[in-house]
Amino acid sequence: MNNVRTLKKIKRTVHFLFVSVCSFLILLPIYFIVINSLKTVEESRTLSFAFPEVFQWGNYTEVIKAASLVRAFGNSMLMAGVSVIICIVTGAMASYVLSRRQTKLYKALYIYFFLGLIAPVNYVTTLFTLKFLHLQNTYVGIILEFGTLGIPFLVFLYYGFYESIPRELDEAAVIDGCTPAQLFFKVIFPLLKPATITGLVLNFLGAWNDFVTPLYLLSDNKKLGMTNSIYNFFGEHFNDWNMIFADIVLTVLPILILYLIGQKYIVSGTAGAVKG
Amino acid sequence: MYKKKYYGLKFVVPAFILYTVLYIIPTIAGMIISFTDWNITRPGVHFVGIQNYINIFQSKGGPYLASISHTFEFTIITVILKTLLGLGLALLLNKGLKSRFVFRTIFFLPYALAPLIIGISFVSVLKPDGPFNTLLTAIGLERLTHSWLTEASTALGSTMAVEIWRMAGWNMMILLAGLQMIPEEYYEAASIDGATAGQKFRKITLPFLRPSLTTVIVLNTIHGLRVFDIIYSLTGGGPGGLTEVINTQVFKEFGLGRYGMANALNVVIFIITVVIALSMQKALRGKESNE
Repeated sequence: MNNVRTLKKIKRTVHFLFVSVCSFLILLPIYFIVINSLKTVEESRTLSFAFPEVFQWGNYTEVIKAASLVRAFGNSMLMAGVSVIICIVTGAMASYVLSRRQTKLYKALYIYFFLGLIAPVNYVTTLFTLKFLHLQNTYVGIILEFGTLGIPFLVFLYYGFYESIPRELDEAAVIDGCTPAQLFFKVIFPLLKPATITGLVLNFLGAWNDFVTPLYLLSDNKKLGMTNSIYNFFGEHFNDWNMIFADIVLTVLPILILYLIGQKYIVSGTAGAVKG
Repeated sequence: MYKKKYYGLKFVVPAFILYTVLYIIPTIAGMIISFTDWNITRPGVHFVGIQNYINIFQSKGGPYLASISHTFEFTIITVILKTLLGLGLALLLNKGLKSRFVFRTIFFLPYALAPLIIGISFVSVLKPDGPFNTLLTAIGLERLTHSWLTEASTALGSTMAVEIWRMAGWNMMILLAGLQMIPEEYYEAASIDGATAGQKFRKITLPFLRPSLTTVIVLNTIHGLRVFDIIYSLTGGGPGGLTEVINTQVFKEFGLGRYGMANALNVVIFIITVVIALSMQKALRGKESNE
């Protein structure tokens, strides 16, 4: 009996050690970036794991100024924030009707939206379209584009959730005299909080981290968000690793906070995709 | 009866307009433009039929065929390794360890970070005098050190490794969700019947995991074919075009103002993605229902 117990203990320890070693593969690069963001330029150029002689907290205030990070942060918040609201509201509304009415037309519409989950975006002609609408290089244009990119996933995400809400609830609300808008916004939509939070977190992450969309659609550097400004900063200061890393840490920080708070919802969103 | 009024099309209209104007119309317009010689360095736009496609398959005007084959290579290898590593991590972190939730958070973390930022970070990590080589040297593997991103033999493989680093944890999360749907009783019954761990894995775990495996394989494939940020930031397509993929090629053609060709390449990646994703979905799902 004792032998079995020690064997189990050894097994568990090996298991733990193995997973720990694997997790170092993720943690080491992150440590490397954080520690080097706190060094002097000369120290950071040796690209070592060592601690800095003196922690250079000033790097952060310097990079905020040098890379205009306050403006970039504002741009990111504006673009990610507003686009998320647009795709959630439009996506949830469309998905509701599509899941409640199972006629041919509505099924075809669902597939029409579903295509956007698979097929890649043509950014070249998207730029032409925005130009045609006089929206190129504007916040409105990029916000509408981010919003659009989120729609297929949200239609898909909400679709499954609506099926779990009994239709009797709709009927009761109709009998009580709700208008269509009241039925949806006052009765149904509030029931979908988990889906909505998942959509909020995932689409916010997506828009914040999106590099390629602004690369094609925004040529005005003053309107770029944090992710795209890092790329430009990297191009201009490709040897100042301490500054680049400080810029990276500051860009990742808001995302990290969102990740830790919203992890549960990110996971349920990614796992929710399995059911489809 | 009340259906028409309460579930009216007007609820679909806002999403429909946005999606049609900013996604479907550009996609269709791209297909039309792909049959033209639109090039900002030359006046006039003419229909040239499938000339752009012929040029692509003869690699005339750019390393088009090479970029298509790199895209496939990148996709196939990353799909296999992401899925296998994700499965391994999921099995390791499904139960047993008390600290499994902390580990899950760690492995899943890279998914939340921008691929571009990961790319820039790994430019430093993979430098000849960077921390990865330092680490290899420290554990006595000095002969394995490389100038990872600039040597012809390692450049494409390095971009794959970074992509796998980024997405293995995401695969783990989806597969974990699948693992948790397997009723514990199946394993208990199998144990009573004297099944080995391998038998249990093949006869219980894998069949139950099929839907989640289908999902990750199809999505990994789509992600692989679409790759851009990681390669653009790590190698920019170099050295000597050896890591050029379709989407970096599209961006180059776009930058040169060769809109006809940029769109033809876009159509190629569009068709490849849709055909592969749909047929994979069918094939993997099909097997599932046969059993």
